[in-house]
Amino acid sequence: MSEEDDFDLNDLDDKELVEQIQDDLYDGLDEEVTEGTEILLARGWDANDVLGKALVGGMKIVGVDFRDGILFVPEVLKCAGAMKGGMKILRPILAESAIDTSLGKFVIGTVKGDIHDIGKNLVAMMCEGSGFEIINLGINNPVENYLEAIDEHGPVIVGMSALLTTTMPYMGVVVEEMEKRGLRKDVHIMCGGAPLNQEFADSIGVPAYGRDAARSAEMAEEHVLGLRDNRGHR
Amino acid sequence: MVIDKKNTDPAKKRLVLGCGALVYDLLRLIKQNPALSDKVNLQCLPASWHNTPQLIAPGVEEYLAENSHLYKEIYIAYADCGTGGALDRVLKKYNAKRISGAHCYEFFAGSDVFEQLSEQELGTFYLTDYLVKNFHRIMIKGLGLDKHPELFDIYFENYKKLVYLAQTENEQLQKDAEQYAKDFGFEYEYRLVGTGGLDSVFEEIDLVPLATEEEK
Repeated sequence: MSEEDDFDLNDLDDKELVEQIQDDLYDGLDEEVTEGTEILLARGWDANDVLGKALVGGMKIVGVDFRDGILFVPEVLKCAGAMKGGMKILRPILAESAIDTSLGKFVIGTVKGDIHDIGKNLVAMMCEGSGFEIINLGINNPVENYLEAIDEHGPVIVGMSALLTTTMPYMGVVVEEMEKRGLRKDVHIMCGGAPLNQEFADSIGVPAYGRDAARSAEMAEEHVLGLRDNRGHR
Repeated sequence: MVIDKKNTDPAKKRLVLGCGALVYDLLRLIKQNPALSDKVNLQCLPASWHNTPQLIAPGVEEYLAENSHLYKEIYIAYADCGTGGALDRVLKKYNAKRISGAHCYEFFAGSDVFEQLSEQELGTFYLTDYLVKNFHRIMIKGLGLDKHPELFDIYFENYKKLVYLAQTENEQLQKDAEQYAKDFGFEYEYRLVGTGGLDSVFEEIDLVPLATEEEK
């Protein structure tokens, strides 16, 4: 950065600062995102607002540009790294917050036979940013791991990911087992991964196919808020 | 790489459209069979799509939409290659066939050997001759590791082993592949598998009598 471009984030008003954090997040500048997050908190912003307006707002722009082929995986990973910087500061504050804004628990994992987790971790991060408590099962998960996590954590959503054409059919095994055990009425299932599409998702009985991390987080949020609306209208 | 894009040779009514990462292997196979070289027009699409498989099906479709009318038969030198069936949907429209298997590693090694390798170590990273030769461009630059080496762990933290599935016996490539394994901190294995099932793309062409309608 040249001297001309170098400026103090403290000099920006709130609106400008949020935009600047989003720009810095887009450019993968983790130190700047961390600093901006700290400044907003010091100005009395609620941690939820910092997360939603600055960080998640920024990642949504990243998600759209990734989908449109403007950004590629390396850039998105840099953005995610920058968001993690801000999340590190916000996470303990949100955990101690008296206001329970949690959307519930979200169990997520890559299915058996598959070790790819970049996309899955991006979804986990975006969903955490949206207000879910994430239980990340990691990679290579047999159906038992999903079932144990459901028993233990009582999630509202289970998300499955796969990058390989050879491993994505295993999602159907998990769905079938959840069906057999009558878990589907309480647990919403989502799926995603590069080789998946809506047609495949429909074929395994999981219409909630997240085409990218940002859209997956939106869909998860929409599902939970929809449930709450339905309960409220009863 | 595009060879004779407009297909000016009326005898070449059979198109083999393949991944650029297979071009040398395809050319070698064609060269070994003079009957093929007279009848087949080989076209290749960018090898860099190895890192962006979402571009493969639309790329193949775009090519076929413009050029399929120039050919009587179309053969595709791709496996599914991470397209999740999208490539098959395109090929169905053009009555074209591809190589069976999930990716080039599978058809080079053969399904049984590939399955065995995956069972031995799920966290295996595979290289072919092309990927060893173009390692810096496809793997290092392609994944942005030249500018952001800090992303290495994000990409590779679940990998433990590098298997070089060689198409040709080449000492320099073996040395390079072993060095890449060492640089990445992976266990290394070398397997000379040849072109494996790649030649299946030509199987039916061989069976078709060469005296086709326009030659009668």
